[in-house]
Amino acid sequence: MTDDLIARLATDLKPVRPDALPRLIMGAVLVSAVVAAIAMLMWLGTRADMATAPGTMMFWTKFGYTLALAVLGGVATLALARPDGSIRWPWLAAPVLLALLLVGAILQLANAAPDEVMPLVIGGTSLVCPWRIVVLALPVLLALLLAMRRLAPANPTLAGLAAGLFAGGTGAWIYSFACGEHGMMFVALFYTLGITIVAGLGALLGRLLLRW
Amino acid sequence: MQTDPTETRLRGLMLASLDGDAAAYRTLLAELGRHLRPYFARRLTPAFATHAEDLVQETLLAIHTRRMTYDRSRPFTAWLHAVAHHKFVDHVRRQSIRLTVPLEDDAPIFAHDDHADAAARRDLGVVLESVPPRTSDLIRRTRLDGATVAEAAAAHGMTETAAKVSIHRGLKALTARFSGGNK
Repeated sequence: MTDDLIARLATDLKPVRPDALPRLIMGAVLVSAVVAAIAMLMWLGTRADMATAPGTMMFWTKFGYTLALAVLGGVATLALARPDGSIRWPWLAAPVLLALLLVGAILQLANAAPDEVMPLVIGGTSLVCPWRIVVLALPVLLALLLAMRRLAPANPTLAGLAAGLFAGGTGAWIYSFACGEHGMMFVALFYTLGITIVAGLGALLGRLLLRW
Repeated sequence: MQTDPTETRLRGLMLASLDGDAAAYRTLLAELGRHLRPYFARRLTPAFATHAEDLVQETLLAIHTRRMTYDRSRPFTAWLHAVAHHKFVDHVRRQSIRLTVPLEDDAPIFAHDDHADAAARRDLGVVLESVPPRTSDLIRRTRLDGATVAEAAAAHGMTETAAKVSIHRGLKALTARFSGGNK
């Protein structure tokens, strides 16, 4: 019986590229990120001052913070998608990033005039920002989880959390091109909230979908 | 690790397999099967020793479908152990659920599955066809649709006693036919 199985598996053998796993994961994220970017353009459009925004520090703060979280999630996902994979430093680096952003936010608030404080913290879009990030991250998260169903995470929940951070960071990065907020504290609070929701969703779905 | 001859040989076979060498793959899987059988047998309690073969097959299948997750720069036996360990833990987890939760406690979860309900109704229809049509209609009215015996009897223009007898005989015949090999 087992011999039959072995014979069947041997005839089914196809060559596997050495970089098959990263190609699968990065391919899924790339395609779904393009979908999310198109959705962002059609739904929200880029921020009104897109032409001049790249000259401001805040544009690059949002750009850098979200992209860095996505990269951390990506590194963790690539490691945790393997049965013998384990990695810890991205989980430690993510809070450090947030702490750095908070330090910058406090400095920004300390130098701000009293009537600028609330706009820098709450802004004008705090109620919708986290949800827009979740919506833009959803295609990325679903594509990632679907691709990872072919892989073998030792811990499905943790691998789902990593995928959620990857997708949340990517979704927030795409959203940052549509978001005209300029408070560091706003980013630290509401971007982080959106990304955290996606990460939690990833853990939840990973637990269900990534069993093997 | 580098001096371990088993690791060196198995890793060589795995790398050839990943490049599409079916003969190397067959050798590899056969040898892994021989390693895995005692591995699982040792870990299973005697009552479940017969599951070792299932676990071997599940693990070989996982090795096949998830071979993409082997990182060629890392030890093969570590990857293999991780896959086998995962399959074992998964098996124990499922087994312990099966052992600790009585079937009756599980039933309510499935009782309201529309699909299953429909299937059960269909089966019931087939079963009821094996008794005379009037009897099956009486059973259907009183036992499934919630009518009283008097109502069902009136629908067929018979006395309540005759209806009761008919239902009783019908159910007895069905029980005799479908109670399985207990008799």
